Amino acid sequence: MARRRIRLSPWPVLSLPGIAWLALFFLAPLYVVLAIVFGSVDPTFRTPAPIWNPLHWQAGQLTYVLDRIVGSNAVFGPALLRTLVYVLVASTLCLTIAFPVAYYVARLSTRRKGLILALLIAPFWISYMMRMLAWVNLLGTDGLVNKTLSLGGLFDVHVDWLSGRSIVVILGLVYGYVPYMILPLYAGLDRLPQSMLEAARDLGANRARAFVRVVLPMCRPTIIAGVLLTSLPMLGDYYTNDLLSGSPSTAMAGNLIDQTVLTPGETGYAGAFVLLVLVVSLVPMLYYVRSVARSELTAT
Amino acid sequence: MRGPVGWWRDPWRKPRILVAILIGYLLWSLLPVIVAVLFSFNNGRSRTSWQGFSMRWYWGDPVRSVWHDASLHTAVVQTLKLGVLTTAITIPLGVLFAIGIDRWHGRLPEGASGVMLLSFVIPETLLAVALLFLITIIAVPFYLGTTAQVIGLVTFQLSYPAVLVRARLATIGRQYEEAAQDLGASPLSSMRRVILPMLTPAIFASTVLVFADVIDDFVIVRYLSGDSSTATT
Repeated sequence: MARRRIRLSPWPVLSLPGIAWLALFFLAPLYVVLAIVFGSVDPTFRTPAPIWNPLHWQAGQLTYVLDRIVGSNAVFGPALLRTLVYVLVASTLCLTIAFPVAYYVARLSTRRKGLILALLIAPFWISYMMRMLAWVNLLGTDGLVNKTLSLGGLFDVHVDWLSGRSIVVILGLVYGYVPYMILPLYAGLDRLPQSMLEAARDLGANRARAFVRVVLPMCRPTIIAGVLLTSLPMLGDYYTNDLLSGSPSTAMAGNLIDQTVLTPGETGYAGAFVLLVLVVSLVPMLYYVRSVARSELTAT
Repeated sequence: MRGPVGWWRDPWRKPRILVAILIGYLLWSLLPVIVAVLFSFNNGRSRTSWQGFSMRWYWGDPVRSVWHDASLHTAVVQTLKLGVLTTAITIPLGVLFAIGIDRWHGRLPEGASGVMLLSFVIPETLLAVALLFLITIIAVPFYLGTTAQVIGLVTFQLSYPAVLVRARLATIGRQYEEAAQDLGASPLSSMRRVILPMLTPAIFASTVLVFADVIDDFVIVRYLSGDSSTATT
């Protein structure tokens, strides 16, 4: 009987370093968070004492946080609810701004397309901090926004934009994350077959019907991917609120994590918030992963 | 039909509304930053009222300008160091990971691909806090500081080259590799001599993206910094 030569495939070896890195520095830290949340607190030093064995996990810190969210003493609840509302509103606004822009640029074919694409990618090169600070400049009490609103001295407008206004935080989030939505939308809309749209128009649909019944269903996975790519990172944002509104009345989940992680005795609460945000975003994340995997199988 | 109704119904009219939206968006997106940059040439300390042009904050002011402030120098150097180190580690790791996962079939690579996509969308704060716990609470052989920052940044950025290279691989297809193997090359050699050069645009794009992203990263860098010498701008 002829012996089959076993050929060692080189591909697993190539990807092993990456897999090992992800396991060590992505999955293991998430397990450490679990061990800390379900662990206990050292009574003397108020440092977290993680418990590694899942069978010995204690729910003390988690129930403390959950009580403060939905119980009678709901101090954390408003911030988490506010995060969901902000992210929802900001994502919707991002979509309404990004979609027309991406749609137009994707169907553009002049030589200016490269320049416009470069201008659209420019915000990635500009630090997020810088873009928020630019708005802090504009929204200050004697900044350009108040100056424009007072129409050069006609009215006396001294609105304090930067202290605890939800609308300012939402606008900051939109400003910061819209570029992250334009690029995936552009990449997806680029692949839209123009012939389908022309066929729809030929068959008598007017512009609106052709758009709603032909284009929108075709780019639904792209829209979902773009929305997820933008709204999931937004869930952990704390910097926008810190800069654009110093007040805790607009605090987001990221601020809760930020405040508790370095406070002795409250590190476990930070872990609990991390866990909660992770759980809330896990379902959309898994949906995104599955939709990407499925679209790879059916890609043309 | 002439007039506004005719203009609206004309199927060949120029998309002026979309153009207006695009121009409006570009202005809204870039003007605040341009104004801020303009005010960096301001002669006074105000960020809102123009007091004359000067290079005071760049090199003029003997105490507070960028050229003279030593703590800013440390921060800038640290930023560049992190950028170079992270990019140098992330790009090879990510590219090889993407190539290997693309060609390997089975449950493990699918799981790894899913985890990699998860690391793409996870909020940065969660990853930073998780790594902070890992480093401060477990006895790992490194401390908060540059090593920790590089590790955190690489983990966060690993998905960029992986996703870009995988997308490009899907576009390239298998025909070139198969042609090379028909002509006698081994799989590894056909990968190295045929596919890798074709991936150069994706690799270049991901290098640029990762470097730009690391330079302005402030969440992971802040949580994992040791003392003030590892703070960045």
